[in-house]
Amino acid sequence: MRMLTCGPAPPMLGPLFAPWPGKAPEISSTPQALGRRRFLTYLVAAPALAVGAQLALDAEPAQALPGLPSLADLGDALILAGLPTAHLLVLEVTEAGRVVLQLPRVEVGQGLTTAMAMLVADELDAVLTDVDVPLSPARPELLFAQLTGASNSVRSLYDPVRAAAAAARARLVTAAARRWDLSATGLRTQDSRVIAPDGRSASYGELAVAAAAVLVPAVSTLPRPATQQRLVGQPTGRIDARDIVTGKAKYAGDLDVPGAVPTVVLRPPTVKGTVRSWDGAAARAMPGVLDVLAVPTGIAVLAETFDQALKAKAAVQVSWNPGPLAALSDTDVRAKLRAATAPFVVPPLLSLSLDAEFDFAFVSHAPMEVLTAVADVRPDRAELWFAAQAPIAAQQAIAAVLGLPVGAVKVNVVRAGGSFGRRLFADAAVEAARISQAAGRPVKLMWTRNDDIRHGRVRPASHHRVRATHLLGQVLTYEHRVCTVRTDFGHGLGEALTAAGASLPVGADAFSQVFFDLTQELPYELGVTTQLLTEVPLDIPTGSWRSVYSGLVRVADEVMVDELARTLGRDPVAFRRARLRDAGARAVLDKAAQAGSWGRPMPAGHAQGIAFHSEHRSSVACLVEIDATDPAEPRVTKAVVAADVGRVINPRGLEAQLLGAVTDGISVTLRAGLHLDRGAIREGSYADFHYARQRHSPLAFEAHLMPPSGPPGGAGELGVPAAAAAVANAYARATGTSPRSFPIKH
Amino acid sequence: MPTHQFVLNGKPVTVEAPADMPLLWVLRDKLGVTGPKYGCGVGVCRACTSHLDGEEIQPCVVPVGDCANRQVTTIEGLADGDVLHPVQQAWLDCDVAQCGFCQPGQIMTAVALLRRTACPTDADIDRIENVCRCGTYFRIRQAIKQAADALD
Repeated sequence: MRMLTCGPAPPMLGPLFAPWPGKAPEISSTPQALGRRRFLTYLVAAPALAVGAQLALDAEPAQALPGLPSLADLGDALILAGLPTAHLLVLEVTEAGRVVLQLPRVEVGQGLTTAMAMLVADELDAVLTDVDVPLSPARPELLFAQLTGASNSVRSLYDPVRAAAAAARARLVTAAARRWDLSATGLRTQDSRVIAPDGRSASYGELAVAAAAVLVPAVSTLPRPATQQRLVGQPTGRIDARDIVTGKAKYAGDLDVPGAVPTVVLRPPTVKGTVRSWDGAAARAMPGVLDVLAVPTGIAVLAETFDQALKAKAAVQVSWNPGPLAALSDTDVRAKLRAATAPFVVPPLLSLSLDAEFDFAFVSHAPMEVLTAVADVRPDRAELWFAAQAPIAAQQAIAAVLGLPVGAVKVNVVRAGGSFGRRLFADAAVEAARISQAAGRPVKLMWTRNDDIRHGRVRPASHHRVRATHLLGQVLTYEHRVCTVRTDFGHGLGEALTAAGASLPVGADAFSQVFFDLTQELPYELGVTTQLLTEVPLDIPTGSWRSVYSGLVRVADEVMVDELARTLGRDPVAFRRARLRDAGARAVLDKAAQAGSWGRPMPAGHAQGIAFHSEHRSSVACLVEIDATDPAEPRVTKAVVAADVGRVINPRGLEAQLLGAVTDGISVTLRAGLHLDRGAIREGSYADFHYARQRHSPLAFEAHLMPPSGPPGGAGELGVPAAAAAVANAYARATGTSPRSFPIKH
Repeated sequence: MPTHQFVLNGKPVTVEAPADMPLLWVLRDKLGVTGPKYGCGVGVCRACTSHLDGEEIQPCVVPVGDCANRQVTTIEGLADGDVLHPVQQAWLDCDVAQCGFCQPGQIMTAVALLRRTACPTDADIDRIENVCRCGTYFRIRQAIKQAADALD
């Protein structure tokens, strides 16, 4: 049986339809398009309109961290975009006693399934191991409520999941009361059972069918107050840990889809190069080869095993047209970015100024699991299996390339072997769909590691120009001009929003600007502050990389703040503390400084570094110690992180996210970057894309979580900018240098 | 096509494959053993790490022909029925995994390390080359030390 229960009632829709100022929303004639267009209009308009009061009424997260000056951040906008359908969660209690939450998100390692199982178990008084959290296939009716990104999942699901579980509990209790002819208010729930005062009890499984018939529960359907939560906040191991350590966890490439044959694609030497001519005869003659065919991205080879497919791929003869960037190398990209960086407004008159320029290299997402997708395309329908952060957009894209109606394409969402933003794009799934259609058989497409790094998406390279003016020890102005290679937001929300952006007054990169404005905020009082983004369009696949603009902008900020402190003769912690706007932020900084023994004497060549970041209604400070006695081989020896993310569902999972963020910060600051050589990415595996190894990882790590200060904030990306900047600042102090180009060892 | 016999996770298997076919694809595509993961195919990322006669190997670069009449152990063969190997248990206790994709290889590497070195130092652990893109290294280090204590 299935219990369909509801989260919070949909909010009043009036304010959601507020149009972009001076521009009426365009309304299409079809109901579906009308709904989407209206939501789009709202989302884009969110930061521009003073909807804070309405936010505070409708969406709890807006009340977090009082004192933050912004009325809305990106997460608020995403939550509001998803609210109209957020109540469409499906929570099922089976007769076998399983509690099943169909999760409209993907598990990429962030621990979301565990956190959601905890929420359900807590609210429902179920045993944690009775709760299953399978990943929902693409559900187009969810519109914007099926996107895994922007550190938004816990923020957006905390209320509706608890509401669904509370409603289910109320129905189970009511069903038991009817069975025993007792007052429902006298019953209690514990360990997946309803228990009567006289000691009788019934399992949820036994009550499941009767509970489905309860239309009006006899007890409250409201989630319990946080003070009565028993599991939320308890350090809890991942619910899938045993599957992982025994090799049972299945990723897309591990699925046994009948008839799906191993498939690889021969790709051009340059980014987005194309096939001029090709000859697959030699490859076709090789053992096990089932098909060789051209697709827009290269030549696909299908075989009985991946070994045979890889060997045959090497035998395909291709003449390639160079890609659109064939004339460009890193220095050219850097020059373009430098030339396009917006000028400063404030001339350094009558005051002293500190100017700095920063460059960040392209970075690969390089998740451990290479892009993989299984596709079974038939003449009238298609079914796919892959790890999708934006399955609805993927479904639409796949339907479009196949020439099928969206409803004829089923997208099954599979757990991911890491993502870091990569799987917002369904590049491999679209490619697999094309190949399956062309070959007339199911395929299991795997990108090689070379494919992943040389033809995958990249974190856009960026150039930063920062100027601070100061007089008599006071900072008067702070200007940050950032120019990045354009970030592709053409996934899920982004795809729709960038399409809508073309009609917005601010131009083609409207969504980037909206995203930038919603996420980029200097937490310090540094006088008159301006931050401007410009973008250079470059025909290279880009995408959000864990922490998006903050991983660039806020790192440059935090390095600059250290240098300002040094210039003004102030201690970096004291300088930050005096200028942080928010008391909660100061507490986080204090905690990291205290726990990390800020200022303790360090041997020559060693140093501490610290940095702060706030985003997603959360804040974090990171203190690291570095051993740079050999400046060519720096080692972060210790990392101490303090974080305030509001209510923490699973402290153990949160600490894992902070640990991963520290490793990311170490990697992108010190060693991990890509080179573009005449239109081709130089790196091709972890042998030359230097993501941290065990020997680069800290020997000591501490995470300190602040007491709950409100509803959950976002945490998945939070730690990256602070960690990356702390490493840069520590390196600078240990070596007496001023890092300007990242990764430092590139 | 030549036939190869070896012992896989305690059971004899016979498989038809070219002698130069990497063990990884024999395991994954012919025998349906998917615990060892593809991550690079060139022995760098070590996500496929398994054991050959108890020694650490990267099956993506070991030809199946080299495994004839030898013992191949993958992550699936590490536990004793429902009883986890102490290294697997340590991985649970320390909640090491995030995405989990590299962890079968990390665990097999740790088991091999602990066979060679009962009490590995930080320097020994630093020599582990397995990539974890989620950055769980610190918890891996903790889990190896805990497992070393448990095995002691």
